[in-house]
This record gives sequence, structure tokens and C-alpha cells, in this order.
Amino acid sequence: MLTISREIHDAIVAHARRDHPDEACGIVAGPEGSDTPTRLVEMVNAASSPTFYEFDSTELLALYKEMWARDEEPVVIYHSHTATEAYPSRTDIGLASEPGAHYVLVSTRDSFDEAGGNNDGPVEFRSYRIVDGEVTEEEVTVVDSPGTAPAPTTRSTD
Amino acid sequence: MAIEVRIPTILRTYTGGEKAVTADGGNLAELIDDLEANHPGIGERLLDGGDLRRFVNVYVNDEDVRFIGGLQAELSDGDQVVVLPAVAGG
Repeated sequence: MLTISREIHDAIVAHARRDHPDEACGIVAGPEGSDTPTRLVEMVNAASSPTFYEFDSTELLALYKEMWARDEEPVVIYHSHTATEAYPSRTDIGLASEPGAHYVLVSTRDSFDEAGGNNDGPVEFRSYRIVDGEVTEEEVTVVDSPGTAPAPTTRSTD
Repeated sequence: MAIEVRIPTILRTYTGGEKAVTADGGNLAELIDDLEANHPGIGERLLDGGDLRRFVNVYVNDEDVRFIGGLQAELSDGDQVVVLPAVAGG
């Protein structure tokens, strides 16, 4: 199960909407071993593409060095699909290389009209483990604020 | 000669869980040969048909090796090598 704060969840959705029709991508780092995503890092999609994403290699190194210095790890690796469902593509599965991370997929396909205008439709938000080519979907729990009971959702629609 | 090589999580099965190992080589190709000699199987995860795999990034002292000669990138004692899989997909 992925447990994520409302604030970070909403920021990922906003990033995906902002970069539509290109795929948006980034990570949420967290303390090593905590399984808690705490620090959102929006990355530039070096591919600038509606069908592909890739972190710039120099920015990727800077990101990992920063995480190592802070004893963090990538808890969430996210990207958007802009025309298809929020499910890992064959390419996503083939290139997934952080077996400990939650792979979050968001889909903006229903939140824009054909002319590319934002219609405030839902953005699908789903999470997966991808290990050795095997995909396992998991529940997403969005926590509104520390100390309150989480409201479980598997496919939030905001 | 000793060059520290930082190993990403996904390749630590080849290094007994070690995050970093030391290796030798005058250039990246030789370094990978040396890594393979000590950690069998790791070479194939880095190379494809004699070239660096498209979705594996290797850095020497923070420089992406693709900009400094690829497998021919020169190495010297004390250099720091980092291997990071690309974060990419479709």
C-alpha cells in the first residue's frame, strides 16, 4: 500500500495537468527505510514527449547525490500518461529499476478535451510495484493531515 | 590503482549487497571487465553488444561518460564512478 499526503498527491496531479499533453515525471523522496514519501521533486521530461519520459542524465545524478547526502531514497517514482489509462506500459515495465519504489501512474486523458482545453475532468492516480517485470497494483491511501484517520481510495478522482 | 564504483540498488545482487565496490581500469571498458571478473553477470547489465546500454547512465567524477568518450573514457586512480539506471518509460 502507498500512503501519501494529500498535499503531495495534489501536487503530482497538478504537475501532470500542467505538462499535458507531454508526460510529466518526478519522484517523491523519503527517509531511507521509512516507506514514507515526504519530498516531492518535479523533474523535467528530457524527452518532452506525449508518449515517453526520461529524466535528464545530469539532473538524475544530482537528484541521487542529493538523496544520498540526506539519507533518502526514491519512495515514489511518478509519471503521467496523457492518452491512455494509468497502468504501466510495456516500456515502463521494461525500464523499471527501483524494485523498492512505488511506481505512481496518473492519467490526464479524461481531464482535457480534444482541443487540449482543461475540462476539470478526473485525473486517475494509481500505484504499482514493478519487480523483475512483474506488476502488482496496490491500494493508495491519501492522508489528509497528520493525525487524522486515512481515507482509503484505490483510484482517486481529483 | 583503485576506483570507487557506486552500484545502484538493482545491481547489488551482483555485489553481495554492497553499495560501492572498488575496481581497476585505465578506461571505462577495462573497468567494466574488472567488475565482471569480480562480480560475474554485472557486465551484461551494463553492456549491450559491446556498447553501453542505452538506459544505463555511468558518470566519472560527475560527468556522464557519453560526453567524455563513452567506454573509452579515461580513468585514473581516485576517480569516482557512479552507475545509475535511467528513470524512463512510456
